[in-house]
Amino acid sequence: MLSRPGLLFAALGAAAIFLPFLTLAANRIVAGQGVPIWSLAQAAPGLVALVLGLALGVISRPALRLLGAALGLAGLLWLLVQGSNALLSDAGEFARVSPAAGFWCLLVVLSLLMADALGALSPGPWARAALLALTVGLVALLLRSGALSDLSIMQEYASRKSGFQTAALRHLGLAFGSLAAAALIGLPLGIACHSSARLREATLPVLSFLQTIPSLAMFGIMIPILGWIATAVPGAKAIGIAGIGFAPAFFALVLYSLLPVVANLLAGLQSTPPEAREAARGMGMTGFQRLIKVEFPLGLPVILAGLRIVLVQNIGLAVIAGLIGGGGFGTFVFQGLNQTATDLILLGTLPTVALALISAITMDILVELATPTAERTR
Amino acid sequence: MKIGALIRLALIALLLALVLRPEWFTWAFAPFAPPGGPVIYTRASLLSLALSHLGLVALASTASTLIAVTLAVLVTRPAGAAFRPLSRTITNIGQTFPPVAVLALAVPALGFGAGPTLVALFLYGLLPIFENAMTGLSTLPPATMEAARGIGLSRWQRLVRVELPLAMPVILTGIRLSVVISLGTATIGSTVAARTLGEIIIAGLLTNNTAFVLQGGLIVGLFAVLIYDALVQLETYLSWRLGARRARG
Repeated sequence: MLSRPGLLFAALGAAAIFLPFLTLAANRIVAGQGVPIWSLAQAAPGLVALVLGLALGVISRPALRLLGAALGLAGLLWLLVQGSNALLSDAGEFARVSPAAGFWCLLVVLSLLMADALGALSPGPWARAALLALTVGLVALLLRSGALSDLSIMQEYASRKSGFQTAALRHLGLAFGSLAAAALIGLPLGIACHSSARLREATLPVLSFLQTIPSLAMFGIMIPILGWIATAVPGAKAIGIAGIGFAPAFFALVLYSLLPVVANLLAGLQSTPPEAREAARGMGMTGFQRLIKVEFPLGLPVILAGLRIVLVQNIGLAVIAGLIGGGGFGTFVFQGLNQTATDLILLGTLPTVALALISAITMDILVELATPTAERTR
Repeated sequence: MKIGALIRLALIALLLALVLRPEWFTWAFAPFAPPGGPVIYTRASLLSLALSHLGLVALASTASTLIAVTLAVLVTRPAGAAFRPLSRTITNIGQTFPPVAVLALAVPALGFGAGPTLVALFLYGLLPIFENAMTGLSTLPPATMEAARGIGLSRWQRLVRVELPLAMPVILTGIRLSVVISLGTATIGSTVAARTLGEIIIAGLLTNNTAFVLQGGLIVGLFAVLIYDALVQLETYLSWRLGARRARG
């Protein structure tokens, strides 16, 4: 029995092998020339691993397909390291090597193969956490080892090390800071909405309209408002509120976050089975005790799912902060777009995407851990 | 309900005035412009920017809807069942990609201009529509499906006359999510040289002219809110009609 998605991956992967794998450019701005896999030095072991991996992916046993994906990724890495090293050694001083379409397509195909095989194995939350930690650890080790330092994107990184760290901290600050602020505002607001239908009917439409406003417009509208606060409210400037930079980005993100927090909190609290609520009342619990001891724990998975939406959304939206001087990875993205420097764009987008993926997987694991076991197995 | 209709009309009038007669608002934006700087954006006609913006979104959303619904139909047929877990994985992973990142990544592949924006809007727009269409098509009431089979409808007839109409409200919700995201992403598209309303905001940010930022922000925001509202109305109407038909039948 063959895996049909595996056949699709094998066909796509085989086609991608014929695309240019790396590009070699004379410097960081000019367009490079594509280099196919077979003209790379010492490509044979990597190519064999790649083909073998794709072939293993066709088998219907998920464990073998997972092995195939891992083998293919290892081959891809081998080709990248060997290839970039060999290409640079006989090129000019300012020459740059970057992964090209072939590499990216193969990376996507193999990652999907891995995701598909993992999905079929359906590991429990702890196994997934271990896998995530292992993957992140391996990638970190790889980046640390310097094996990829020949690549153009790593050279961009090397020349901006301190800027990158500042941007990373700023990005994390924006995403997690606004999440914390939204939780602080949203949880009491949601609990208040839970007990008052009128407040709920007034709040939810406003919050969902806020969410519809395009991010750039929201960030833009925040600029004059916060600029006005900075000048009109005494002491506002001292705590860092200004019309441009971190503050407008932060407040825009908080506004965007309120709807998922409040809506999911409400959905979570209202999902309590009536019998459980009745039993709690019968035991003589007060309204507050019921909320803390019954409704909140039972609704926790849904509430956490709301926080997951907010976190992933804010990590992405924080990129826009780069346009209004708010820092973060967006700085690199928009600098790169201005200079048409692809590697700079990648230096901004790849960490953002990685951060979003890691956060999403982590939050999914937390949601599953918060779900009562009986429901999880059902 | 009546107040809602009034507010809606007022907002539409305000939006039309902002786009067609921007000079009427000089007094309102003047305090935000730098001393001596221009108050109203005149480098391009706001109407042409708005039309180009909406055109991009409409084109991308139509394409995403067609492809996403087709894919969802294929995956929910028995022959496509093998791809169902995979397609779910792809939509889950794909939606964690920030729309801005998709836009920025489209540039190295496709260059600058409307092209990469269109592709990014299309690709990102697929996910919510596909997800909702799949949910809608795979959670149909079994009794209705059994009845459709029982009265001798062919597979194609069942799809067109029973499954798709029943799933329509859920699919529309997906389209609405996708359109709202597209409107926002198209705004950022002006950083990659697509002609959209974001141009006004970006021009304001580059020249420190808050009047432009506010003007562009208001127009884009009003468009998004009104389109969102119109799609919600359409959904409500369709579910109401579906319910009415079911009650009659």
